Parts: sequence; structure tokens; C-alpha cells
Amino acid sequence: MSSGVAIDLENVWIKFGDFVAVREANVNINGGDFFSFLGPSGCGKTTILRAISGFLEPSDGRILIGGADMAGIGPNKRPTALIFQNLALFPLMKVWENIAFSMEVAGASAAERRKRADELLDMIALDGQGDKLPSELSGGQKQRVAIARALCANPDVLLLDEPLSALDLKLRQHMRTELREIRRRVGITFIYITHDQGEALTMSDTVAVMKSGVIDQIDTGHNIYDHPSTPFVASFVGENNLFRGKIKQISGNEAVISTRRSGDLLAQITPSQVGKLSVGNEAMLFIRPEALELSDSKATGKTSISANVVNQEFEGNSFSVFLEGDGGKQIKMSVPNLGQDNIAAAGENLSLRYDAANAVVMPVGELASE
Amino acid sequence: MSSTALIRIALGAYFVIFFSYLLGPLVVMSLTAFNSSAFPSVSPWACFTYEWFEVLFNDKSIRQGIYYSVIIGLGTVVLSVSMGLAASIVLTQIWPRLRSTYYTMIIAPILIPGVVLGISTLVFWDRVGDFLGVSEGSLLDLLFHNGIFLTILGQSSFIASYAMLVFVARLQRFDPGLTEAALDLGATHTQAFRKIMLPFMRPAIASAAVLAFLASFENYNTTTFTIVDYKTLTTVLAQKVRLGINPSISSLAFIIIALTIFVALAFEANRRNQARKNAVKEGKASTPKKGFLPPFLRGNPAAIVFVALAFVAIGMVGTAQQYSPESCKIQYQEAKQIEIQRRIQELQQKRKIRDQSGARNGPDIFVTPPPKKVQPEGGSGAFGNVFDPGNLNSDKNN
Ligand SMILES: Nc1ncnc2c1ncn2[C@@H]1O[C@H](COP(=O)(O)OP(=O)(O)OP(=O)(O)O)[C@@H](O)[C@H]1O
Ligand SMILES: [Mg+2]
Repeated sequence: MSSGVAIDLENVWIKFGDFVAVREANVNINGGDFFSFLGPSGCGKTTILRAISGFLEPSDGRILIGGADMAGIGPNKRPTALIFQNLALFPLMKVWENIAFSMEVAGASAAERRKRADELLDMIALDGQGDKLPSELSGGQKQRVAIARALCANPDVLLLDEPLSALDLKLRQHMRTELREIRRRVGITFIYITHDQGEALTMSDTVAVMKSGVIDQIDTGHNIYDHPSTPFVASFVGENNLFRGKIKQISGNEAVISTRRSGDLLAQITPSQVGKLSVGNEAMLFIRPEALELSDSKATGKTSISANVVNQEFEGNSFSVFLEGDGGKQIKMSVPNLGQDNIAAAGENLSLRYDAANAVVMPVGELASE
Repeated sequence: MSSTALIRIALGAYFVIFFSYLLGPLVVMSLTAFNSSAFPSVSPWACFTYEWFEVLFNDKSIRQGIYYSVIIGLGTVVLSVSMGLAASIVLTQIWPRLRSTYYTMIIAPILIPGVVLGISTLVFWDRVGDFLGVSEGSLLDLLFHNGIFLTILGQSSFIASYAMLVFVARLQRFDPGLTEAALDLGATHTQAFRKIMLPFMRPAIASAAVLAFLASFENYNTTTFTIVDYKTLTTVLAQKVRLGINPSISSLAFIIIALTIFVALAFEANRRNQARKNAVKEGKASTPKKGFLPPFLRGNPAAIVFVALAFVAIGMVGTAQQYSPESCKIQYQEAKQIEIQRRIQELQQKRKIRDQSGARNGPDIFVTPPPKKVQPEGGSGAFGNVFDPGNLNSDKNN
């Protein structure tokens, strides 16, 4: 079991004419890691992957694979294998020929190729289907063939460009498990691209969140969710309630924000901004719906909000309660389903509270557009 | 209701007119190949004959013309298909802003008159020879003035553009991601081209090759200048037409038409057969129930027509060995003779009557001569008397 090789992007810029697709990317990926790039459509994820594969030269900066500078090295000389967004299976070749293509161009005999292809077909649970054409396979099967084809080249790094985006939910969940299983077995570095945050959070050791060419945050999925470093990350990953206001008071890594409609609220300063904020700054404060809970006493403290119920939705494992705070402020609360019939009637006035540790505050910035 | 019926009738009439316009000349031409009349004609119909095929096969200049046409055709296919393929690939790779300029340049030879291409090819290679200072009689000098070499180059200069159009249409459906995937899996650029792009282009290469061959085979305008001292079928035919034609040219046309029909039918029959096999394989259709026809003929009209026509052709070739129109010809001749005799008598009768009336009116200097058309002697009529029904016997019996 190889441990995979490390990949480093040093100050990488990628431009198409005047358009900057990737701005100053600095990423260090450990060997054997499952690393995800997460971001909305058009933010430059594919562009980064193509640069790592060697289809694009960065306009500036360096790309290192296993410590070696890749400048001037073509895609067919790099130890990477890319699974394309549209799979790009060869339509005129049989499934087994597709899988063994990398051996064919390396000059392996037909018998050798067939043997290896059959092994891989076994691994992706498609044994006996090697003589079909790709057009005769289902979407999920094609997916697996694309993965097998990439693995057949024995790459040190597997690059996956939204490989699951075309699949339906059930198959997607199944393929996620399968991908994790494959990675456990081959032990190489996986770089995974997705705009599905669930996928990124569940599968990856490390996630990089991108916004129009800029990498906002690189961290574990847990930290990305709990300690987003920019308003974009906070609003893009998961759901969040946003409160805008001015910083009223700072003590250590906590700050009090005076909001226009919900009074003073206490929250933690996001780790990367500790010491950089000062009193009087405009700030944004985020509280996750599941961090809000019903409080017994009437709302008074700096970690409580009062609001009227608008409606509620049953979601199976939880209830989503939509509320309207003072001045029409929209708030969403998520309450775990523990067998209650309902949480509150429409129009009822509730007081909500949260732990300051579960709320983050950060300087004003761009939000993810819904 | 009545208006749709009207439209249907109008449409039917349109199709009849359109197809008779399209196919009528071919049918008439084919029929003339079997008429024993010395000038290609359908009416008057003399005798059914295969003799013009014999004349054709014995005509050395036509045989040679076909031989060189095929050689030049093959050369043109190789050259124009490779040039067209290269040009079309460049078109998809080139910087977008240059694309339309490049396209115009590549397509221009189609718009330039063939005559101009022919002359300029001739002059260009002569100049090249001069420029390189090749001595007279040397190998290069012979090459630069060789009709086959020049004709292949001259024809390819515009046929390559046609080929490129065919390739561009196919390339537009090519996913460049496939080439990238091949590169990513370790293929060299050559391997990616050979194993991914080329198989994808194969159908287009086949159609471009057929197109190029046909375009080369039928080309006259360019060829007539570049062929120098060789002959192709078209130049031979042109020469023949100038000297007067006989139906052996029709028989050549008939052969070409028949071959075209056979190839088209075979192609279509094969396609349908393939489609049926695929359908059966995918379980969308069952193999037709047992019938008296072999499986490749079932539900495949093209194949049936193909086989039927093949039998007709074999039958024709077979009877051609046995059939002799001599007795018919003799009969026809006799009928002709009698007819001519009758006309001569008629004329003499008329002349007698006129002479008598002329005598009554006194001598007349304005005696009208008898109309030329009915001159029985033949020989000095309009168009060399080819339209004279009487010329049949004079030509035919010696
Ligand atoms: N060859 C190119 N020429 C010009 N602009 C390009 C080119 N390729 C990509 N871009 C631009 O770069 C930006 C990033 O594209 P990219 O394909 O990396 O997006 P993405 O994050 O993969 O999006 P998606 O999730 O939709 O696949 C886009 O705005 C796109 O228009
Ligand atoms: Mg993409």
C-alpha cells in the first residue's frame, strides 16, 4: 500500500486572457489525503484540477507533485489520473479496452490487459460486463468504469472532477461509500472536486472552499463547518442565520455585536480573525439553525433572541421552524425530532438561546448567493 | 379536406416532375445503349442490341482513359483526404480569432473556377522546375511535367476542401475531452490521434474518400489542362464528342449508372441488416419467423432489390453471349427499304404532278427544289444526315 504523494500549489495564478480564473492559490496536500475543493459553479475548481493534471500551465506560481516541479511536464508524463466531469469514456472501445487503455499505450499484450481489466472489473462489481460498449452501461456503471480506468494507470494521485454529480441520490450515496472503500484499498492521494458540501464534508480529510477563483479557507470539514473564516464559507457550507451589526465590545476571542434588530449578541471571533477586529467595526455574526434552542425564561441575555413563529416544516430527523424576529428579521431554527408532535404554533412568541461557542463573528464580506 | 387532397396531388405532381427531370436523362441515355441505331437515340427504335458494349470494350482509348482516371482518382483520394483531415483538425485547434480567416482561405479553392486551378497548377510547377533549375529530361523535370502528377495535385487542391467540409462536420461532434483523457492515461499525442481521433473519424474518412474519388473521376475542367499527354475518361469522352459519338458512350454511362445503383443498394442493405442485428441483440426486435427467404433478406427491401437486380444483370450478361440481333436488323432494314421505296415513289408522283402543272403555266424559273428532308440519296443532309432515318442502312450494313 503506497502512501501517495504530496501535492503543493505555490502561489498559483491561472488567467484566461484578462480573466483571472484562479488567484494566488496556496495549497499543501499531504500524501494519501482525501482533499476536496468545494465551491459554487464556475469558481475555478476544474481549472485547478486541469492545472494539476497538466492540461493548463499556471500563468504564475508552481505546482509540485511529490516535491518535483511540474512546469513543462505534459499530462501523459504526470503521475496523476483525472476522472473527467463528463467521464470521457472512449465510446468506440469496449469496457475492458477502456479500462486497460493506459496499458495499451504502454505496449502491454492483449492477454495482460484483459487480465488486469478483469481484476478491476471484479473490484468495481462489474465482472462479466467487459465486452459491452460504454453506451450500454448505466450512469453508475459508467462512473465505476471511469474510476477503474484511472486506477489501471497506477497513478500516485487520483483527481476526480464532480464524478458523482450526474447520479441520483441513492446511487450517489452508494458511490461515496465505494469511493472511500477504493481509497482505503489503494491508499493514494485523492483530490476531489464538488459543489456538494455534504459530499465534501463526509468524504474528505481536508476541504478547500473556493469563491470565484479565490481559496477562502482550507481546513478539516469539521472546522469549516464550525469555524468558517469568511462570510462566504459560513453561508455556503450548511445553513446559517446571519446577523449584521457593529462590534460593541471585545474580550479575548469573544465579541459582542450590537445588531439593529436583535439587540446585542455574543459570539466567538473566528480563529483567523482573533486580534484583527476592533470595536466599532462592521461585522457579521452567524448562528447555525441547530445551535438555536428554546429557552424557558424570557429572552434577556446576550445569547438570546426573541421571535414569532411563522411556520414549521417536518423534515424527518428534525423540525425546521421559521421565525420572524423584531423588525422582520428572518430566523431559522432546527429542532431534533425526539417524538414531539410539533414545536410551536404559528404566531406564538418564542425566546431562543444559543451557546456563544456556537456562534461566530467575522468582518463583513461577500456571501454565497443562493 | 379538399385542400389537403389538392396539396397532395400538387405534391405528387411535383415529385413526378422533379424525378423525371432528375432521372429522365439517365433513363433515356441508358436505353440508347441498347438501340442498334448508330446515333444514340430511342425513337425510332431499331433493334435491341448489346453491340455497343462490345464497341466500348474494344475501344482502346476509353480503356486507357478509365485506367488513368482510376489511378488519378486513387492518388487524389490519398492526397486530398490527408490534406482535408489535417486542415480540419487545424481548424478546430486554431486560435478562435483566426478561425474564420483560415476557413475562408481553405474553402477558397472550391470557389475558384476549375480552369484557373488547372492552368495555374500547370504554370506553377513549370515555374518551380525553372526556379529549382532542374535540367531538361531530369527526373524532377519529368515529374513537374507529368500529367498524372499534375492532375493529382490540381484536383486535390480543391477536392481537399470538399473533404475538409466532411471532416469538419464530423469533428464538431468530437469531444476533445477524449483526447485529453487518452493523454492523461499516458498516451502520446500520436497514440491519442491514432487510437481515439482516427477511429472516430473513420466513417467521415470513408465518405470523404468516396466523394474525392467521384469528384476526381468526373473532373474535366482542371484535368483538361493538367493532364498534358495522358488521357482520362473525361478527356477521352470530350474528344469523342467533338468527333461525333456513337452509343458506346451510352453503354459506358449505363455501366456507371448500374454500378452506382448496385453500390448504393448494397450499402443500404448492409446498413439495414446491421440495424436489424443490433435491434435483435438489444432485444428490441425478434428474429423474424422462419420464411422461405434467408435471414439477411427478411424485412430488408434493399437487399431483395439488390439480389433481384443482380440476377437481372447476370441474365443480361448471359444472354449477351447468345443473343444476336442480326435477324431483327435484317428485318428492320427491309422494312426501311420498303419505306424508302414508298417515299421515293411518292416523291416521284408529286414531281410528276408539279411538272405537269408547270408545263401548263409555261416555263418557270422559280421551280422550288424538292425539300431536302426527303432526299433519298443521303450524305449531304443537315447534321451529316444523322437524323435521316435512311442513314441506318448505309452505316449499318458494312
Ligand atoms: N478555456 C477557458 N477560456 C476562458 N475561460 C475559461 C476557460 N475555462 C474556464 N474558464 C472560466 O474559468 C472559470 C472557472 O471555470 P471552471 O471550469 O474551473 O469552473 P468550475 O468551478 O469547475 O465550475 P463547475 O462546478 O460548473 O464545473 C469560469 O468562469 C469559466 O468561464
Ligand atoms: Mg468543473
